[in-house]
Amino acid sequence: MDDLLADFLTETHEGLVALDSALVRLERAPDDQPTLSEVFRLVHTIKGTCGFLGLPRLEAVAHAAENVLGRYRDGTLAVTAGGITLILSALDRVKAIVAGIEASGTEPAGDDAALIGALDAAAEGQAVEPPPADIRHALDSPPATEAGAIDVARPDPAPVEAPSAEMATTDLAGGAAPQTIRVSVDVLENLMTLVSELVLTRNQLLQLARAHQSDAFAVPLQRLSHITSDLQEGVMKTRMQPIGNAWAKLPRLVRDLAHELGKKIELDMRGAQTELDRQVLELIRDPLTHMVRNSGDHGLEAPADRRAAGKPETGRIVLNAYHEGGHIIIEVGDDGRGLPVDRIRAKALGNGLTTEADLAQMSEREILRFIFAPGFSTAQQVTAVSGRGVGMDVVKTNIEKIGGTVELTSREGRGTTFTIKIPLTLAIASALIVEAGGERFALPQIGVVELVRVGAAQDGAPRIERIKDAPVLRLRDRLLPLVSLAGLLRLPPAAEDAGFVAVMQVGGQVFGIILDRVFDTEEIVVKPVAPILRHITMFSGNTILGDGSVIMILDPNGIARAAGVGLDTAVEEERRAPAAIGMRSNAQTALLLFRAGDGGPKAVPLGLVARLEDIPGDRIEMSGLTPVVQYRGALMPIVPVSAGWVAPDGEARQPVLVFTENDRAMGLAVEEILDVLDEALEIQPGTGRPGFIGSAVIAGRVTEVIDTAYWLARAGDDWFRGGVAARRDAVRPRLLLVEDSAFFRHLVVPALSAGGYEVTAVDGPVAALRLREEGVPFDAIVSDIEMPDMDGIAFAQALRAGGTWSEAPLIALSSRAEPADVARGREAGFTDYVAKYDREALLQSLADCLSAPLAA
Amino acid sequence: MQSAVATSAAPPPVIAAGAGEADVFLTLTVAEQACAVPVLAVRDVLGAHAITRIPLAPGEVAGSLNLRGRIVTALDLRQRLGLPPREAAAAPAMSVVVEQSGELYALLVDQVGEVVPLPAGGLTTNPPTLDVLWREVSRGVQRREGHLVIVLDVARVLAIG
Repeated sequence: MDDLLADFLTETHEGLVALDSALVRLERAPDDQPTLSEVFRLVHTIKGTCGFLGLPRLEAVAHAAENVLGRYRDGTLAVTAGGITLILSALDRVKAIVAGIEASGTEPAGDDAALIGALDAAAEGQAVEPPPADIRHALDSPPATEAGAIDVARPDPAPVEAPSAEMATTDLAGGAAPQTIRVSVDVLENLMTLVSELVLTRNQLLQLARAHQSDAFAVPLQRLSHITSDLQEGVMKTRMQPIGNAWAKLPRLVRDLAHELGKKIELDMRGAQTELDRQVLELIRDPLTHMVRNSGDHGLEAPADRRAAGKPETGRIVLNAYHEGGHIIIEVGDDGRGLPVDRIRAKALGNGLTTEADLAQMSEREILRFIFAPGFSTAQQVTAVSGRGVGMDVVKTNIEKIGGTVELTSREGRGTTFTIKIPLTLAIASALIVEAGGERFALPQIGVVELVRVGAAQDGAPRIERIKDAPVLRLRDRLLPLVSLAGLLRLPPAAEDAGFVAVMQVGGQVFGIILDRVFDTEEIVVKPVAPILRHITMFSGNTILGDGSVIMILDPNGIARAAGVGLDTAVEEERRAPAAIGMRSNAQTALLLFRAGDGGPKAVPLGLVARLEDIPGDRIEMSGLTPVVQYRGALMPIVPVSAGWVAPDGEARQPVLVFTENDRAMGLAVEEILDVLDEALEIQPGTGRPGFIGSAVIAGRVTEVIDTAYWLARAGDDWFRGGVAARRDAVRPRLLLVEDSAFFRHLVVPALSAGGYEVTAVDGPVAALRLREEGVPFDAIVSDIEMPDMDGIAFAQALRAGGTWSEAPLIALSSRAEPADVARGREAGFTDYVAKYDREALLQSLADCLSAPLAA
Repeated sequence: MQSAVATSAAPPPVIAAGAGEADVFLTLTVAEQACAVPVLAVRDVLGAHAITRIPLAPGEVAGSLNLRGRIVTALDLRQRLGLPPREAAAAPAMSVVVEQSGELYALLVDQVGEVVPLPAGGLTTNPPTLDVLWREVSRGVQRREGHLVIVLDVARVLAIG
C-alpha cells in the first residue's frame, strides 16, 4: 500500500469517527447549522480525496451522501430522522469499503446501487423512508460480508443475520483504525528528552555498579540497561522519517527550473527511504533545495553546450542518501561543467578573501572551498534562480549548525558533487572522552578521522615535531598541522613526549588536536550551555557523564577556527570585522623583522611579503649590473638592502624577501630573517634616509621600517603601471583610502601613517560609500581610478553629488596620469591627481589640500 | 509584596513599605562579609560538590556542576565581588542555587546562614563610598545583630560576561 493511500485511510478513519458523533448530534438538533456544515465538509473531503486516488465505489457513495447533506445545508430539504439514518448507512458502507481497502489495498467489489438510489431519492425530496432498521441491515450486510471475506466477490451476497452483520461491522471499524495514529511533535520531543535523561541515569547506575561490585543489582541493572537501549531506539524511531520527505518537492522544482532555463534535466533520487531524525530533516531541507537549484542553474550546461562537449543533452542531478557509521551521507551531484577554478581564484582575489601569494600555495580543493565564503558567487549573471552570492555560505553554516560537514569535489567538464555528512540525530551523540591540561572533555566523533598515539616513549610511534613554533605531525607522508587543546583552552600543557593526536576533518581541512589522554567513547546527550558561556565558540554544549560529572563538549568547527586552520578563519574574521574597515594604521600589524646593512633591525609589514626564500649563492646571476635569479619560470631581480652587497659564494644561501604583484616578482636580499611579530605600528617619521619611511619601537627596539615602494622602484620602474589601480584617502587627521589592490593598500597605509595620518583603507567605492552612510567623517579621500564594480570617476561623481563628503578633498591616485586622464578626473570632481605611486607627491598633495580644503 | 521587592531593579534606595512587613532572606557569608539573598529566589542549598572547570569562561565562573541531572553554572561570589580567593585549607564552598530565566546558577559562598525576615522598611541605601562593584549588585544595606548585611540583587550578580 503506498503512502498516499495509507495517509488517506488514517485521515478517513478520523473523519468517520468525527462524522458518527456529529450525525448523532445533528439528529438531535436538525437545525444546528455549524454541525451540518461540519458533516458536509467531512463527507466532502472524503469524496474529494477518493476521486483523486481512483476509488470509484467509495466516491459514488460519498457523492450521493454529500448531495443529500448539501441540500440539508442549503435548507432546501428538512433534516429528518430517516434521512440521517440513510446517511449513517452510507457512512457504514464507506467504513466497510475502507476496511476492504485496508485489507487488500484495493476497493472490494460490490453493488451500491440500492443505497445510492435511496440517497438520490432522498436528495430529490422524496419521502422514501423505508423502515430504518431494515435499510440498515440490508445495506450493511453486503459490504460487511465482503470485507470479512475479501477476494470472494459476491455480487448477490446471501442475506446475513442482522446481529452478526452488526458485529462484523463493529469489529472492522474498531480493528482497522489504529495502524497509525497522529502524535503531536511536542509529545515526541518530550519523550526524547525523557529518554535522554534515562540514558544518562542508566549510565550513571552502570558506572556505580561497576565501582561497587554489588552482585544483587547486577542482573536487574543489566535488564534495565537493555530496556533503556531498546526504549531509546524505539523513541528515536518515532522521530525518524525517510529523507524522501525532504526531497518531495524537488522533482517539481527541477522541472520548473529546466523549463525556465531551457535546459533538459533529469533528477535521479536514490536512497529516499534512508531515515533520519525529523529535526535534522527539517534543518537540512532548505540547504538541499538550494544545492539542487544551484546544480541545475550553475552546474548543468544548456543542451547546445552539452552537445558540443560530447555529452548527452539531458543533464543529470543525482541525489543519493545512505547511512554510514551513525551518520547519514547525502550527495548532491551533477554531470555539468564543474566549478570554474580560475574564476573562483580571480573572484577570491577580487573580493580580498585571500592574497595572490596564499592562492599560489593552495590546492585546487582549497580554492574550490571559497564558494562557501559569504557573498561569493561566480555566476556571471544574477538570475532569478541563483547567483546572488547568498547561498553556499548559508548552506555551510546551516549544516555546521547541526554538527555536520559539507565537502565538494569537482572536475571541470565532468561535474560537481557535494557531500554532506550529518548526524542521524541531534539529541544523542557518540563522543570520545579525552583529557587535556588536566581536564576532561567530550569530542564528538563525527569529525574524528583517526586517533594517533604519539611520543618518544614508544618505538615506532610518530613524534610531534616543530617548525619554528608550530607543531606538526608527519603522518603517512603528509604534514599535519597540529593544535594543542590545552594551549587553545589556556590550560597548563602536559609533556608532549607521550599523548594522542586526534586527526580531525572539518570541512576540507584536516588537522590534528593534541590530547594528553583518551579514555573511551560514551553516548552523550547534548545540552546547551548557560547563556553566559555561549560566547565561547570552542564548546558546542555540555553533558553529564556516567560518573555524574559535568563535561564540556568540544566543537570541532570552533576549534578549527580558533586554531586558524585553513581558509575558514579568514572568512570568519572577515565576517566579524566591520565590513568596510579594511585596515587601520593603528591596528596590530604582522611585521617581519630582519637584519640588513648597518644599524638596528629593519621591519616590513608581513602582508607585503609574498614568500621567504633561501637562494643558493651560485644561482644568483648577473644581468647587466642587476643581480637576478631564475625564479618560478621567470627572472626575478634581486635588490640588496645594504650597500656593497656581494652575492654569497657557491652553496652559501642568501635569504630573500620576495614581493610579487601580478606576474612580477622582486627579491630583497637581506642578511638574516629575525622574527615575525604582531605590533601596533606607530611610525615616527624618519630622517629622510632613502628607502625607509621611518622608525618604530618594535619588541622594545628601535626598528627602521622600510619603504617598500623605494625598493620596488629600484627593481624596475614598471611596478606601478598596468591594470592595478589604487585608491588612497589620506587626511591629516583622518584619511580614507579607496584601493582595490591589497598590495597597494599595504604599501600606502604605512607610508601615510608615517606621514602622520590616521588611515582607514577600504577595498572599493561601495565599501567607502557605506562608510559615508554610516556617517564616518574623513578629512580627505584618496582613491584609485581603475577598480572593478565602480571606478574612481564614478566614485568621485557620487561623492560630489551630495552627502557628507561632498566637500572633502579628493585625490586620485592612478598609474594613468596622462593630461587627458587628469582632465577627466578633475571634471569628475577630484581635487588633485597623483601618479601611482609617487609617495612624495601624494604627501605634498595631501598637505596642500588640507591646508586649503576648498581649493579645487 | 515580596515579588515586588524582588523585581525592583531600579536603584532601590528605601523601600516604601509598611514598617511591620518583612521580606524573608537567606543570609550567607563571603570572606567574612554577611550578605543576603531573597529566599524566594533560592532553589537549593548544596554542600561541597564536584565542579567541572570551564576553560575560557569569565573569571567569575567557577565551573558547572550536576544538580540531580541538571547542569548548573557555578559562580564564585568571592570573585564576583572582587574579594580574595578562598584559601586552599579553608572548608569547601557551599552553593546557593538560584534560578534566572529558566537557567540554574550556583553561587559559591563560604557559609550559608539562616532564613531571616528583614523588615522591608529597614533597608538603607548603599553608602556612596561603597565600592562600585558592590554598589552594582547591592540592593541596600541592613543592620542586623551588630553587623551589616548586604542585600544582593541576584539578577545583577548574574549579569556577567
